[in-house]
Amino acid sequence: MVPTVVAVKDLQTHIVTRWGTLKAVDGVSFTVAEGETLGIVGESGSGKSMTCLSIVRLVPRGAARIVGGQILLDGENLLTKSEDAMQQIRGRKVGMILQDPMSSLNPVFSVGMQVREPVGMYHGLRGRALTERATELLASVRIPSPGARLRAFPHQLSGGMRQRVVGAMAIAAPPRLLIADEPTTSLDLTIQMQYLGLLKELQERHRLAMIFVTHDLGIVARICDRVAVMYGGRIVEIGPVRRIFKSPAHPYTRALLDAIPRLGARRDRLTTIEGQPPDLVALPPGCAFAPRCPHAIERCRRESPPETVVAPEHATRCWLNGPA
Amino acid sequence: MAPPETERVTPLLEVESLTKHFPVRRGLFGWSPQLVRAVDAVSFTVEAGGTLGLVGESGCGKTTTSRLILGLERPTAGTIRFEGRDVLALDREGVRHYRRSVQAVFQDPYASLDPRMRVGAVVAEPVVINTNLDAAARRRRVAELLDLVGLPERSASLYPHEFSGGQRQRIAIARALALSPRLVVLDEPVSALDVSIRAQILNLLRDLQKRLGMSYLFIAHDLAAVAHMSRSIAVMYLGQIVEWGDADAVALEPRHPYTKALFTAALPADVDAPREEVVLIGEVPSPLAPPSGCRFHTRCPFVMPHCATQEPALRSESGRLVACHLY
Repeated sequence: MVPTVVAVKDLQTHIVTRWGTLKAVDGVSFTVAEGETLGIVGESGSGKSMTCLSIVRLVPRGAARIVGGQILLDGENLLTKSEDAMQQIRGRKVGMILQDPMSSLNPVFSVGMQVREPVGMYHGLRGRALTERATELLASVRIPSPGARLRAFPHQLSGGMRQRVVGAMAIAAPPRLLIADEPTTSLDLTIQMQYLGLLKELQERHRLAMIFVTHDLGIVARICDRVAVMYGGRIVEIGPVRRIFKSPAHPYTRALLDAIPRLGARRDRLTTIEGQPPDLVALPPGCAFAPRCPHAIERCRRESPPETVVAPEHATRCWLNGPA
Repeated sequence: MAPPETERVTPLLEVESLTKHFPVRRGLFGWSPQLVRAVDAVSFTVEAGGTLGLVGESGCGKTTTSRLILGLERPTAGTIRFEGRDVLALDREGVRHYRRSVQAVFQDPYASLDPRMRVGAVVAEPVVINTNLDAAARRRRVAELLDLVGLPERSASLYPHEFSGGQRQRIAIARALALSPRLVVLDEPVSALDVSIRAQILNLLRDLQKRLGMSYLFIAHDLAAVAHMSRSIAVMYLGQIVEWGDADAVALEPRHPYTKALFTAALPADVDAPREEVVLIGEVPSPLAPPSGCRFHTRCPFVMPHCATQEPALRSESGRLVACHLY
């Protein structure tokens, strides 16, 4: 049995706005095991990034609040920790890679200073030993001539190299859980492929649990073991990647798979999802997808469907999949 | 140069040996002879009513190519022929006709629409400048265009910020169609949109092409989308075309190692189908000093000794043109 690294249970994160309270994350539950990659897909506003920020308790202060649920990291609930304790967990236990490497790196400090800082903190190293370790770390993310690159500033590196530096800092500890939120979206296609390969390699070496947020189903097919599909702040379907691609259970997942052009399946028209993504302030009382769902029945508009297991490890929230 | 595997009819747009070099200022004192070879002897054609997909990574020259075609840059060398006439040798009236016939839709509909203009005025602007229709006829034309792209007539009195990204892109398309162009350059038209909205815009573009019969030059990095939209595909690397041919052939059985690497990233119809995977090493070299011989040889997994010295020409291979010493 592979140990579970993180278990999110019934997570609720709300954002208070002028127009009302917005349920950005509304009862999200999932687990990620050691060495496993969970993909989270969804359109903008579906709650995927807010779920990740909730795990490290970095939701925008003032506006957003985690109001319910549990986040168990190796069995310990992060939501009851003090801010000081969280500070020890971020980076050491949970590493993060965000979309834009230029905003993760400080433009006025050299790469060396920025990489040495977490390495020194986590491993208590100083001086030459610290520089050596930082150099090794850059080498492990395949940065050519790492020793020289320590003296470079972020603007002197290409986008792909910058994201590698961010990756090096994220695995400096190494952490138990790596959260990658659209890490390759700003990179060119061939560089994306290199980076995904690198992430896979780092994951295997350190047995990391990984949460990979993306809107690109091609990437999901390539590197994830399981995938969670989010819509309107909820996970509407979760299961093994191949199974979700071959027999999706939720109408939204099906529509999403039909809406993207695929190689070797030439169609005259793509299937479209009518209407607009939901307004999170005014979510309908039932299933959030009901207004756009071609199969919606009366019950869908009234009651929110519970999670139903349709196959081993494969669950969905849809009245059409037979919950009582 | 004839397009592979298609009948020889006069194409709408013929680009031959198109070249654009940008001089680069170096240091504090004046100009040095260094050149960015953004587009280097590129040739292709766009058929009437057809779509050419132009694919490549940032810096490969696809946007410069589209700017040359749109007349926003003057080429260093080469010719662009539209409806059989040399675009660079047109008289005033010819230039006006060309500019009306070739329109563009850009990636970011938040940046391409003037936030202070009502949608009606945005869509009518090309009509105001280029025709002498009276106000009533202009209003009718705007209503017709909005209807064409699936927006209600009352949209005309609203401002762009009142629309979502997908709707804004519809407005940009309506504006591009205002003068009934024969060629529309689509520069990453769906990259900024959510997945479910992308399908709506791609369908709309195909429907419009079927109804109005214009040609598209479709520039994108989403390869499955390019394959879906295009009749033929040209792949660019460091300012040159490395593969050009029928869309299905290029997408499903790519021949050039670079094309293979690009299509490795796309989502296949069957996730279990075995595929040849090509993942490249290294990064795109600087276009200031492109590698000798084949420009791709520094990253090519199948590199041979003579690749570094001899530049491969575009040659016919399995029903398309490929610039590679492997064939």
